Amino acid sequence: MAKIIVVTSGKGGVGKTTSSAAIGTGLALRGFKTAIIDFDVGLRNLDLIMGCERRVVYDFVNVINKEATLNQALIKDKRTPNLFILPASQTRDKDALSQEGVQAVLNELSRDFDYIVCDSPAGIEKGAQMALYYADIAVVVTNPEVSSVRDSDRILGILQSKTRRVEAGEEPVQEHLLLTRYNPARVQAGEMLSVQDVEDILAIPLIGVIPESEAVLKASNQGMPVILDQETEAGQAYSDAVARLLGDAVEHRFLDVQKKGFFKRLLGGK
Amino acid sequence: MTQLSFQLKGSVVTAIVLELYRYSGAQFADELAAKVRQAPMFFQQTPVVISLEKLETDLLTIDFPEAIALCRDFGLRPMAFRGGPDAAKAILEAAGLVQIPVGQGRAAMPEPAPPEPVAAVEPEVVVRTVIEEKLVHRPSKIITRPIRSGQQVYAQGSDLIVMAAVSEGAEILADGHIHVYGALRGRALAGVRGDVQARIFCQSLEAELVSVAGNFKLSDSLRELTWKAPAQVYLQDDTLHVGAL
Repeated sequence: MAKIIVVTSGKGGVGKTTSSAAIGTGLALRGFKTAIIDFDVGLRNLDLIMGCERRVVYDFVNVINKEATLNQALIKDKRTPNLFILPASQTRDKDALSQEGVQAVLNELSRDFDYIVCDSPAGIEKGAQMALYYADIAVVVTNPEVSSVRDSDRILGILQSKTRRVEAGEEPVQEHLLLTRYNPARVQAGEMLSVQDVEDILAIPLIGVIPESEAVLKASNQGMPVILDQETEAGQAYSDAVARLLGDAVEHRFLDVQKKGFFKRLLGGK
Repeated sequence: MTQLSFQLKGSVVTAIVLELYRYSGAQFADELAAKVRQAPMFFQQTPVVISLEKLETDLLTIDFPEAIALCRDFGLRPMAFRGGPDAAKAILEAAGLVQIPVGQGRAAMPEPAPPEPVAAVEPEVVVRTVIEEKLVHRPSKIITRPIRSGQQVYAQGSDLIVMAAVSEGAEILADGHIHVYGALRGRALAGVRGDVQARIFCQSLEAELVSVAGNFKLSDSLRELTWKAPAQVYLQDDTLHVGAL
């Protein structure tokens, strides 16, 4: 039986797709058979971030409507073994998703896969609700910024009331906070919310802090999940987050302002 | 056996007892009105038994239909009379309510007549009605998880106790008091059905809005008073006060 992870946030543009790609890849690198599903029907971008946009033949909606089988639609990642992507439809919209259809696809995937990562769209409407309904674990991606925190809070309220687990009276969804685009220098200057501020308001366990990094944009444009770029802080931070997701206790890095030594400043390193 | 449409069972019914000492229409109405002001939540079609055991005046001078009508007007539902001389039975039953004897306070129902030989034998049924005096206690609503933005919690007919923070964008309402053992960042409305004695207590006042029985204050005015500190909000002389806890 697969574990279903939903990567959600409420607010748009905080790093859900980047994080879904990174976490999915991280799990696959550790040997778990992983599928990442793009739930953003009509505005698909998981395929771009994963670098498989030229190999999309069938998509999630085709499978739900039984126009294609799951095997025909799943795209095997070329770089990482054990990793598969189920892209969203670009021509249709969220109404094409149905509860029974989504459940059927997840059930079929559950038979062979260890982890299913659901990349949720922004908002709290049907698309986002479908993505989080069947989740066992939720990664709530938040920027250290007031509107993102408030929207994440809203999404947490929905996770606590509108999921299959809650309705069936089972154990609630395991919630984790992933703080992205963190800039310790700005936190120190008092311009940005600190980890402690966000934890105070959201009150859920912290699974990772991803520092603001130019590597993320570069990785998106190259179609390569940032976790594969282990020379960058963002990549390393995602690796740590995946380790924590699997139960390892890893200390948080990149929380403090890095003091650049003389040579580093001279040579312009980061 | 054919399916029964009903069954008679022994049961215990709890109700409030209204002990009558003396009666005059105007005084009865005034005292009822005063009690309603004290505890409005109590007078919500509450069943009562009117006890005549401590009656000091002559029973015959009492206008029972009027008394019952006044009770109904103020939100009480008289179910029966208790006590009083047996001789008064006719008068009481003319008023529309049954008279239950004191002492045992029990009435044994006569056993049903033997059924026709064709049907199975019905079991013996004894109905005992026991009326006890019991304080009506509506337990407070307790929430132990944080109340998230967009959620709304209403404690109807009781107090509300929240053992975690109330997020910005959340709304909590109660007919009684509100206690927040955490930060209050959303909106809190106490005494929503008009209880002016209701109060709001919190460990850290960071609310968007607080209100007692409709009188409210927004966060702008709250920031000048006790902000981000333990506070209580209460109504005094029709003005909302915010004080340190």
